[in-house]
Amino acid sequence: MKYMMLIAGDEDLWAGRSADENAALYERIGRWWGEESAAGRIIDGHELEPSPTATTVRIALDGSTTVTDGPFIEGKELIGGFGVLEVADLDAALKVAASWPVPGDVLEIRPIVERG
Amino acid sequence: MADRADVDARLAEVLREERSRLVGALVRILDDWDVAEELVQDAAVAALEHWAVDGIPHNPGAWLMTTARRRAVDRLRRRARYRERMALLTAEAREMDRPAATDGPLGADDRLRLLFTCCHPALNREAQVALTLRTVAGLETAAVARAFIVPEATIAQRLVRAKRKIRDARIPYRVPDDAELPARLGEVLSVLYLVFNEGYLASSGESAERRDLARDAEWLTSLVARLMPDEPEVLGLLALMRLHLARADARFGPDGSLVLLPDQDRSRWDAAAIGASIELLARAERIRRPGPYQLQAAIVAIHALAPSWDATPWAAVVAAYDALVRIQPTPVVQLNRALALAERDGPAAALNALAPLAERLDGYHLFHAARGELLRRAGDADAAREANRRALELTSNPAERRLIQERLA
Repeated sequence: MKYMMLIAGDEDLWAGRSADENAALYERIGRWWGEESAAGRIIDGHELEPSPTATTVRIALDGSTTVTDGPFIEGKELIGGFGVLEVADLDAALKVAASWPVPGDVLEIRPIVERG
Repeated sequence: MADRADVDARLAEVLREERSRLVGALVRILDDWDVAEELVQDAAVAALEHWAVDGIPHNPGAWLMTTARRRAVDRLRRRARYRERMALLTAEAREMDRPAATDGPLGADDRLRLLFTCCHPALNREAQVALTLRTVAGLETAAVARAFIVPEATIAQRLVRAKRKIRDARIPYRVPDDAELPARLGEVLSVLYLVFNEGYLASSGESAERRDLARDAEWLTSLVARLMPDEPEVLGLLALMRLHLARADARFGPDGSLVLLPDQDRSRWDAAAIGASIELLARAERIRRPGPYQLQAAIVAIHALAPSWDATPWAAVVAAYDALVRIQPTPVVQLNRALALAERDGPAAALNALAPLAERLDGYHLFHAARGELLRRAGDADAAREANRRALELTSNPAERRLIQERLA
């Protein structure tokens, strides 16, 4: 069963930490990601550039489009990355998410629809 | 021929005991919650017809299982993956033919699987409650709706969404492993305690279904206690519920008004039930893994044994609250501790203990009601009135409103 793991966090927390602290955190994330991938639980995923680089495109009901600067959700917790999990069931996915090493982050697990 | 009324009564009794086992086994075999419930329903209807003619079978639970299983086979024949499942069903048939009374090893019981899945933390609390009552306790959707005073369509919707999530997000159908068990069992007990309180706190003017929730929760908890006899918090919660139920009749006056503990007629308490509950609590305590439910039960037990409000050993009550605050330092627990403190050390000490809670409990009617009463006893009538007014604004429970209005009059 495949799940999308959306990783969100407070960008101010990153900005508030020293460069050394953030480097140490990155190292932990790298190690964690390596282990989960090696175990076959994470099969894909990426870190995303911070939210100021986001651009939102809206398709109105009449089909017209608008482009705006920034992410589409306004809030403190912004999506900063994602992983695609391949595990047996939701409990296994929740276990992976619960071991994510960044304090203050929020993760959302959603089943991926697989047709056919 | 069996008497129709006998058949009805016996079937109701068997279903209460066996329903969750039947649904649980069928969910495991079929991997489909709706069909599992439907098949148990069908089997019950078949039982009414057959038992009236052929007499009540020697092992009614096994009869229902055999009938439901036969119908499950019919369903599976129509499915693409039926071969694989059929193998499981054949193995199941052997297992199910053993006497129904043996609960078997912990992990193997379908009722526990069902309960842990219904109370999975990935489902919201309302969904957990509705699913547990519908699937494990076997309440009809309409009865759940009447009990929670919400439209039937709302409960039906909650059940549909919850079952869909179990299927689509693949919430596993199993009893959690040892590492997860404490947290997951806590979730189950929270659901059961919530259901209990919904019923227990309902006033006598409310529907029978609503008041029955307390008994339903007690029954479900006793089921968990039978299946997990070495979990002290399960026994503690069961003792807590039974200690409350043993005194439930004294909580309302003849006109339906709420009677608080100091004013209750203690001769109306069920002394035998209190004694049995305290033995149950002692069994939990001997396992030596204390927890919030055991401590709450211990506090209630002190009250249940006291001959009167004035003769209550308040130092023991405060000491039990101190222990509870250490493992569960919530504002509500601290509020209750302060009330015991008032009896031991007087209203001024209690008001001091309440002061730091004011901000967090500002929206809680019982905080203001407690303050009102303490202020009155401390001789500050104006502040007492103000606090009672605030309490009145915050509660819609008719029995509680009447009580506060009397204080304001």
